[in-house]
Amino acid sequence: MLTQPQGTPGTNVATAASGRGRPDLPGGGRSGPRSQPAGAAARRKRDDRRVAPLFLLPVLIGFALFYVYPTIRGVWFSVTDYSLLNTPSFVGADNYTKLVHDPQFWDSLKVTAYYVLINIGSQTVLALGLAALMHRLTRSVWVRAMLLVPWLVPNVTVGLLWLFLLDANLGFVNHLLTAVGLDNIGFFTSPSWAMPSVALVNTWAYTGYTALLFYAGMLQTPQHLYDSAALDGAGELRMFRNVTLPLLRPIIALVLVVSMIGSFQIFDTVAVTSKGGPVGATRVIYYYIYQQAFTYFHMGYASAAAMVLVVILGILTFVQMRLLRASRSDLG
Amino acid sequence: MNRPTMTPGRLLAWCALGFSIIITIFPFLWMVRTALTPANDLFADNGRLFPQHPTLINFERVLGLVSAEEARAAGGSGAQIDFLRYTLNSVIYCGLIAGVQTFFCAMAGYAFARLRFPGRDLLFGILVGALMVPPIFTLLPNFTLVKNLDLMNTFLGMAAPSLLMTPFAVFFLRQFFLSVPAEVEEAAVLDGVGQWGLFWRVVMPMTRGPLITIGLTTTVWAWKDFLWPLLVGREEKTRVLTVALGVFLQQSPNTQPDWTGLMAASTLSVVPVLILLIFLGKRLVQSLNFTGIK
Repeated sequence: MLTQPQGTPGTNVATAASGRGRPDLPGGGRSGPRSQPAGAAARRKRDDRRVAPLFLLPVLIGFALFYVYPTIRGVWFSVTDYSLLNTPSFVGADNYTKLVHDPQFWDSLKVTAYYVLINIGSQTVLALGLAALMHRLTRSVWVRAMLLVPWLVPNVTVGLLWLFLLDANLGFVNHLLTAVGLDNIGFFTSPSWAMPSVALVNTWAYTGYTALLFYAGMLQTPQHLYDSAALDGAGELRMFRNVTLPLLRPIIALVLVVSMIGSFQIFDTVAVTSKGGPVGATRVIYYYIYQQAFTYFHMGYASAAAMVLVVILGILTFVQMRLLRASRSDLG
Repeated sequence: MNRPTMTPGRLLAWCALGFSIIITIFPFLWMVRTALTPANDLFADNGRLFPQHPTLINFERVLGLVSAEEARAAGGSGAQIDFLRYTLNSVIYCGLIAGVQTFFCAMAGYAFARLRFPGRDLLFGILVGALMVPPIFTLLPNFTLVKNLDLMNTFLGMAAPSLLMTPFAVFFLRQFFLSVPAEVEEAAVLDGVGQWGLFWRVVMPMTRGPLITIGLTTTVWAWKDFLWPLLVGREEKTRVLTVALGVFLQQSPNTQPDWTGLMAASTLSVVPVLILLIFLGKRLVQSLNFTGIK
């Protein structure tokens, strides 16, 4: 099914189609009305139920095997006692009752919320500022490409780079701190510094990417709004507050939804830098689930915790989508 | 856009932008600097922007080009590491996923956008609904599945969950096929070309751009992937770069990590990204115009 397209390939059709030109953005050529009566009739009569399965089969197999089946099994695991070695045995709501009374679980949720707060807060504000700077200063693709580099690099690499830069003995940042007469800071070893450090490292990694999303949104703001604001004598700051921000609101909301859901799933950076410590200060929910499943082999218990995460993310998405709908752009 | 004159405010804004770029790029320069520093000079060179005695030994030893004794002399733990192999493994892993997934998702995206069959929109809705399920939820059962299928530490087992599809790719490509002009299709149908011929000979070549974009995005994701390949592909023969970096860090003593080796290995995980950016930077940057989220 992979190798040969079915039917004899009509070479004349291929050339005819390429002769029509290959619009870079096919959306641009949508203007032509479907005026040809023959074509319209052909479209209306068509029913592709015989070829459709051929197109869909690989994707449906993948979906059934690696999305539907594990989702059902995940729900089943969450009500069983399962250690990877035994067959899962049904225990009812035991795992959930245990979760409710597990201080480590609640702690991991709190720690995650703390992380999301620092990470999303700083990242959104910095990205907005950066996007506004780019929007008012330059259209250079290379500036954008440079800002994108940290996002393209694996989180593991990001973690390693900062593990070294923030190292208590040989780190460059501590070198700077001592140079100006401050004390060394154990960024990943002090319980109060570890979480902010992890959060800000990820802010460093994702601010450029987020800024590019905002920037793309800003490009859609009509230039004449800035021109007339300038005529009214508005400065850059006022333009940002009264023109850029209100028009960008729906995009800000959208980016917030997506990046917050991503932020809840922090794992790699923690796994490399602080490993959940010190004393659980960075044991985020993903790390907690990972430990339960693959360090202690409490597969059923871990699945129950994952279920709770699903519900939390579902509620978050729902609430944010509602807010999103309520915050349509003033541009109409 | 007419060029405004350089006011103090604009100068300040340029400085802020320049500062952001420096903050963004500096850690990478520091990484390369450290990779070029002999382990013994690390303390003496701390704070120096260029090593006093630059060396390639750190790259040589993480690439497994020198003997264990030499590696140990240069600050390594002596454990066998071969980042050439891990890089190759990463390339196989990414290529396998990006190629196969993009192809199959294009087929499905086309079907959802262009074909008419009962239950189409319902089926599509269910597929996209899966975007809501956080990966860790399906990760646990998928791990069990791959283990039971005896696919641990094989590329097939590692790639399996995202080999055939991701809801995002189907969603993205459907959006794109929706905007292919209908005239082309009608003309081809009138010429008696079947749906498959239409897709393969006409539509696929026309949408090369978005196909490359989604292929690139998938490659980047697979390149960054850590948790899943850590769980199912830890062994040497399938160990990808990110996992290898994690293992390398673990092997290195806690009190005195092998920083120069770690930074050399990190550099190796960044270089392919830079190559990608140099050749496809424009497309990559422009693809971020909300195509993904909208």
